[in-house]
Amino acid sequence: MNRIDLTFKSLREQKKKAFIAFITAGDPDLKTTHDLVLAFEKAGVDIIELGVPFSDPMADGPTIQASSMRALQKGTSLTKVLDLVKSLRTQTQIPIALMTYTNIIFHYGDEKFVKDAKACGVDGIIIPDLPVTEAHVLTTAAKKADLSTVFFIAPTTSDERAKQIADASSGFIYYVSITGVTGARQATPVTTFKHLKKIKTFITKPVCVGFGISTAEQVKSVSKVADGVIVGSAIVKEILKYSNDKNLVSKVAKFVQSLAAAR
Amino acid sequence: MKIKKQQLPDKSGHYGEFGGCYAPETLMGLLIDLEKEFQKIKKDKTFQKEFDYYLKEYAGRPTNLYHAKRLSAHLKTLNVYLKREDLLHTGAHKINNTLGQIIVARRMGKTRIIAETGAGQHGVATATAAALFGLKCVIYMGAEDVKRQSLNVVRMKLMGAEVRPVESGSKTLKDAMNEAVRDWVTNVHDTFYIIGSVAGFHPYPVMVRTFQSIIGKEARSQFLAKEKKLPDYLLACVGGGSNAMGLFHAFYNDSSVKMIGVEAAGHGVNTHAHSATLTKGEVGVLHGSKSMLLQDKDGQVQIAHSVAAGLDYPGVGPEHSYYQQSGRAEYVSIDDQEAVAALKLLSRMEGIIPALETSHAIAYLEKLARRVKGKASVIVCLSGRGDKDMNQISKFV
Repeated sequence: MNRIDLTFKSLREQKKKAFIAFITAGDPDLKTTHDLVLAFEKAGVDIIELGVPFSDPMADGPTIQASSMRALQKGTSLTKVLDLVKSLRTQTQIPIALMTYTNIIFHYGDEKFVKDAKACGVDGIIIPDLPVTEAHVLTTAAKKADLSTVFFIAPTTSDERAKQIADASSGFIYYVSITGVTGARQATPVTTFKHLKKIKTFITKPVCVGFGISTAEQVKSVSKVADGVIVGSAIVKEILKYSNDKNLVSKVAKFVQSLAAAR
Repeated sequence: MKIKKQQLPDKSGHYGEFGGCYAPETLMGLLIDLEKEFQKIKKDKTFQKEFDYYLKEYAGRPTNLYHAKRLSAHLKTLNVYLKREDLLHTGAHKINNTLGQIIVARRMGKTRIIAETGAGQHGVATATAAALFGLKCVIYMGAEDVKRQSLNVVRMKLMGAEVRPVESGSKTLKDAMNEAVRDWVTNVHDTFYIIGSVAGFHPYPVMVRTFQSIIGKEARSQFLAKEKKLPDYLLACVGGGSNAMGLFHAFYNDSSVKMIGVEAAGHGVNTHAHSATLTKGEVGVLHGSKSMLLQDKDGQVQIAHSVAAGLDYPGVGPEHSYYQQSGRAEYVSIDDQEAVAALKLLSRMEGIIPALETSHAIAYLEKLARRVKGKASVIVCLSGRGDKDMNQISKFV
């Protein structure tokens, strides 16, 4: 069991739901990312999803696209993000999953990535353009190292495929709440709840819902049916809003706390 | 050389280590349905009849295989035939594919069409097919390309398409494709994405190859009828690689026929401004498939450059990577200046103004002429006409 599994075990015992916060590593800079992770832990975040920027983030909406570009302009790379996690591990044991695109991991080398990520204290990997059918090399290596591989289920996923995805997933399953790219929206569609309830009847691993969740109200309603809620773009927007504010970290943490408290 | 009989791609869309389907999960259900529909139409006589009808009556097939006598005399060692895809309706080979895909889209009950475009030729061909069948059409085009290919933007708009300029990244073809994928993920229920090259998620590379392979099928029988033998060489430009694959595929098992794909060297392959993916790239994953890719040491996709907007792409269709790796085809490159010179050469020699993309293939003829011992015959895919490039080319005249 890695940190992600232990967190879900403990949350389940307390009958609580997970709050997962996404931020792009290196936006506005790696030092701020470091401080945000520590502040988020205090704000009640259970798991950190750390974005490793890619030049062509085709599953992301404008907010995370722009954030990725800012991080790349600052010279953020997978190697630097791994170093960041390594340094964070001297101060925190909060579970950390990396989110990036296939080419970043493939270019680094799947097996080398698993080895180095594990050594630096990374707990899981999330890749939105890597379906289970193309992930064999990565999942095999990750399984051996107890690194969680989080795959996606979408509203368009068939039951048969959802089972296959659940089998290949570890840590948790990422349920995409809308047909669309990442980005804050004001409401979660009713059909999402229906489909989610249905797949929960045959999936026992934790299912967390992300994409489009930006308000405390959404966090509250989604966490009634899911095992966890993922918020990304809404937090990234806050970071941008306070980018010239010396109290950026505390202000963003306060926002995150208000969302985390709603679950 | 000995060539293995070709059965590629495999069921999951792989050409050796290349290809595959690297798609966001939201699209997977649709891509699986599309694969099923594609398998169906390959054997379906109704589809074939409809497709053939539009290729012949609307697009203007078959296209001529023209013997370029003055050019051949100029080159001395080469007997050059031009496969005149430029004579098709809309002025390039792209219409072969858009007609095929739009029939598939209608069969799948989709009512809205999207596409990416670089030079605008695929955008025009898509807008044309959408107008022909009365479907709503949105074209994504890099803001940079909207500027340099403004005539094609007007054409698309005239035919009722909405052109959305893409301001992200390098503002060219790759970014237009990112944006089209984002649209598709959002509107997956009613929208069909007509991809313009032998690239993207499986089954697109094989589907586009199938619709474009008419180029090679015709050229092969036309050449046999005229020369009573097979050509020694096939020559075509390669961006994503659809006109090249369209020409090459029918000759795959003809082991005596050598295939050469010409990439864009831009300012030179040793600069940072080129699109020579197969010459300078490394294996990577972009836009749904594994193939050669221009990328930096961290795996970030590099910005490509070419004077020809249609070649200005840092990736290439996965089957070309496979052809290169297996040695079935050779890939070379031609820079911006050489391409412009070739555009002028063909215009003066034969009274045919080729597109800047196609001019890369024409330019390589002079190098090939010096390579061959004795005499050799070559078919060049004249993939598009140069009308769209007149604004850009006027400064060189």
